[in-house]
Amino acid sequence: MQDLLSRSRWIRALLLYLLAALVVFCLAPWVGGESISAGQVVRDLTGDNTSWSTDTQILIYQRVPRVLLGFLVGGALAVVGSVLQVILRNPLAAPSTLGMTGAGSVGAVIAISIPHLAFSWGPFSSVQLFALLGSGVGLLFIYMLARQKQGMSMNTLLLAGVTIGILCSAIIPLIKYLANPDMLVAMDRWMMGGLDVVGYKELAALFPLLVPGVGMLLLQGVNLNHITLGEEMALGHGVNVAAVERISFLAGSLATAGAVSIVGPIFFVGLIVPHIIRRISGYDQRIVLPGAFLAGGAFLVLCDIIARTIVAPTEMPVGIITAILGGPFFILLLLRKK
Amino acid sequence: MLGIIGPNGSGKSTLLKIAAGVLAPLSGKILLGKDNIKSQPRRKIAGQLGYLPQNTSSMFDYRVEEVVALGRYPYLSGMGFLQKEDWQIVERCLEQTEIKIYRDRPISQLSGGERQRVWLASILAQEPQVLLLDEPTTGLDLHHQVAFFGLLEELAQDGMAIGVVTHDLNLAGQYCRELMLLRSGEKIISGLVGEVIQDDILAEVYQESLYVGRHPVNGKPIVLPVKK
Repeated sequence: MQDLLSRSRWIRALLLYLLAALVVFCLAPWVGGESISAGQVVRDLTGDNTSWSTDTQILIYQRVPRVLLGFLVGGALAVVGSVLQVILRNPLAAPSTLGMTGAGSVGAVIAISIPHLAFSWGPFSSVQLFALLGSGVGLLFIYMLARQKQGMSMNTLLLAGVTIGILCSAIIPLIKYLANPDMLVAMDRWMMGGLDVVGYKELAALFPLLVPGVGMLLLQGVNLNHITLGEEMALGHGVNVAAVERISFLAGSLATAGAVSIVGPIFFVGLIVPHIIRRISGYDQRIVLPGAFLAGGAFLVLCDIIARTIVAPTEMPVGIITAILGGPFFILLLLRKK
Repeated sequence: MLGIIGPNGSGKSTLLKIAAGVLAPLSGKILLGKDNIKSQPRRKIAGQLGYLPQNTSSMFDYRVEEVVALGRYPYLSGMGFLQKEDWQIVERCLEQTEIKIYRDRPISQLSGGERQRVWLASILAQEPQVLLLDEPTTGLDLHHQVAFFGLLEELAQDGMAIGVVTHDLNLAGQYCRELMLLRSGEKIISGLVGEVIQDDILAEVYQESLYVGRHPVNGKPIVLPVKK
């Protein structure tokens, strides 16, 4: 079960995850509040009539980008969680541990509270840009605190991240208190996290931060294996520990900030999925990271299916579903361990 | 084999960390071969120098074989998969440290002494010429202490330069060729075992009256406490 140090076993495990993710990915767009006729879609896509039926339009312009978004965000959160649990040596670490979730939320809530501010720049809306700005401030602050002569202190990083998170969760009610009450619903709704996008624009907004962030993290698998043996042992083995930790912090922050700016805070995915993957595939981070990406993506897409069908024709914020499904599942996992 | 000895807080571990390039010296430099260790990439250092930190523990429950295989890092690139030759070296290290029978066991199921051998095997897989160990036998029973130092002696005989920090003056006296005695960050004396283990020197450094005698079997120096 834990033999993953050979290439063939690694490829086999990766293919299984890929296959499972692909199944979810292909089926998910067909499920939703409106039932879609597959025959109609095939006729639209293969025929030469230029105007598509409503079914095809819903599928292509709403369901597919939404599934893609959910997949990328869920995958990113799970990878960030896996990496943080290793570098912070803490099984409770999650993307929100870095403080980016809180700092981004403060930015977004500020943007929502000032409606005159609404603008957009490229694929970004003002709320997204403010969320990113908030994350940026948080990131700088944490980096300054945790930086030391050689690399960063992981202990300070953990404490600073958690503190920023707590601080932000105090600032948000303050902003709400000061804001125009009309905006409260929009703020609350944003804070619940959701994948309700309208098209491909939000997807484009993911690319500058989330994609490079996740890419950099996925390359750290081998190095992270060594870091699980302790920083000094890793150093002795020849790993540039300071660089790996700095990259992990920066890339993890980028990916989290990117995800939060678009879908809001979504909890539990980044905490639970890494544990599940380690249960299934062992501790080799070279499989844990891509496995977490594929499984995290699939998990969030599945949660989103529930979110948009359970109370159809309206929908529920996906953050509620991840927590309600994830929490008990995690407890079950812990009970089984005993 | 060089033993680094001295009371608690005398700077033994710090000296070893600086020698291993884990800590940067406040002044001066460490040469590995002909080059300053600071200017060399970690990977290159690891191919020449093995360092076993104090109290090593793993976050995850890897199998013995996997931990040893991780030692091949300096020679791997990309995703870090081991080639056939790498596995042969892992095999050799497992044999050398006599942990081959445990190779498929999770490390959590081993005793402290066995686990210490796993870490050593993992470092030997780096094929270093220099080995630095920080209190490798602290907390082990007599059998494991003797077995571990016996293994180090073999490695030293095969031409490896070994520096070991230890509290156990008797073990150091039995196995090391030379000793370096430290007190509050300064070297008091270094030299052959017999030159360092002398009652007046030790009594002064440890602030304790000690009995220094000869081992009845092999004549090497031994140190015993004296009750006041």
